[in-house]
Amino acid sequence: MSTLYEQLGGQAAVEAAVEVFYRKVLSDDRISHFFDDVDMDRQMAKQKAFLTMVFGGPNNYSGLDMRKGHAHLLEKGLNDSHVDAVIELLGQSLKELGVSDDLIAQVAALANSTRNDVLSR
Amino acid sequence: MTQIRYNDFSFSVGPGESVLDCILRNGIDISHACKAGACNSCMMKANQGTIPSKAQVGLRDSLKEQGYFLPCVCFPDTDLVLTDATELKVPARVVERDMLSQTVLRVRLRMETEIPFRAGQYFTLFRQDGLARSYSAANLPGDNWLELHVRLIPGGKMSGWLANQAGENEPVWVQGPFGFCFYTNGNPEQPLLLAGTGTGLAPLYGILRDALENGHQGPIMIFHGALDGRGLYLVPELQELSQQYPQVTYVPTVLHPDNADPAWEVGLLDEVVKRKFNAWRDARIFLCGDPVLVNGMKKKFFLAGAALKNIYADAFTFS
Repeated sequence: MSTLYEQLGGQAAVEAAVEVFYRKVLSDDRISHFFDDVDMDRQMAKQKAFLTMVFGGPNNYSGLDMRKGHAHLLEKGLNDSHVDAVIELLGQSLKELGVSDDLIAQVAALANSTRNDVLSR
Repeated sequence: MTQIRYNDFSFSVGPGESVLDCILRNGIDISHACKAGACNSCMMKANQGTIPSKAQVGLRDSLKEQGYFLPCVCFPDTDLVLTDATELKVPARVVERDMLSQTVLRVRLRMETEIPFRAGQYFTLFRQDGLARSYSAANLPGDNWLELHVRLIPGGKMSGWLANQAGENEPVWVQGPFGFCFYTNGNPEQPLLLAGTGTGLAPLYGILRDALENGHQGPIMIFHGALDGRGLYLVPELQELSQQYPQVTYVPTVLHPDNADPAWEVGLLDEVVKRKFNAWRDARIFLCGDPVLVNGMKKKFFLAGAALKNIYADAFTFS
């Protein structure tokens, strides 16, 4: 049985998805303001790392990284609704790229597992 | 607390303090300008200690390996022993100056030794007393000089000096080149989009000529934005290039509609570009000039469908 990461297409799938996903994030009025002040190239690298993780691929992200990386956004009002929006946009991106609903659900579940770290709970 | 040793001095770096700020706080006046890791005018060399990688972002590998770094963005975790990077500065002379518009001075420098560079990269210019500012090269490396476009800023120390006080053959020093905003071979059919404001035209003009010299065949659109007609310059040169090369389209753009020539586009530069350009998916994009505008265009053009890896932008920093 191949892993989720392999079924999605590995590194190539991350490359294909990251720009589609990042465009959606930056265009979405619910969450785009969290990304106003960041360097786009650096942000894109982080999005790649995030996608690799939620695709079940090799990653070095720890819960502590997720907490540290989002702590400053909590002051700006980051809450469950924003995590929901990100998971929704992630699903839309994968759908556009022709990924099956079953795999999208697995990705969403992995993304959802970071929720408490992202929100420092 | 982290200690730095610089020449015969020893200082303690305060919490959250950069190496540059620490040295300045202790009353030593070293060259600096942007304080943001861009102009490289404060560059130093570390002979001992560990340089955080963020203090070497954008430097050539050969410089990194020798321990060169940027004190303005260096927040060290270990003690450092530092020296100046004077050996990287090449002597040059101011050989020609003329006004390209009411506010843009063209300066040509004769270098004592030739420095290899790519059209579109930038250099930092030093006056004898250490005053430093960065300018983009506006010419091609084959020339016998380095051409800079200097915007005359009211009260500007370097621009005012270059325009009024510097003598014929005035000695200056040049360090560089820096930046990654330049044409690369290998995809001669790719659509090119060049957009910038003010003296952001300098690197774009160099990149345009470099692309044409390298036989670029794909469509090239160059947008130059200014507040009004007085800010547009090199207009005849660019019109001539667009007549000589059918693949080139030159779009002068002004913000204010008053007295606008019918041949100019009127409006915000990013909106004019989005009106006229549509080959987002495949394009290689060069953006230069005002940092707020450049960063805004980068985001808008990415959202319009451009690939982030194809957007090359060296935003100017002002000091």
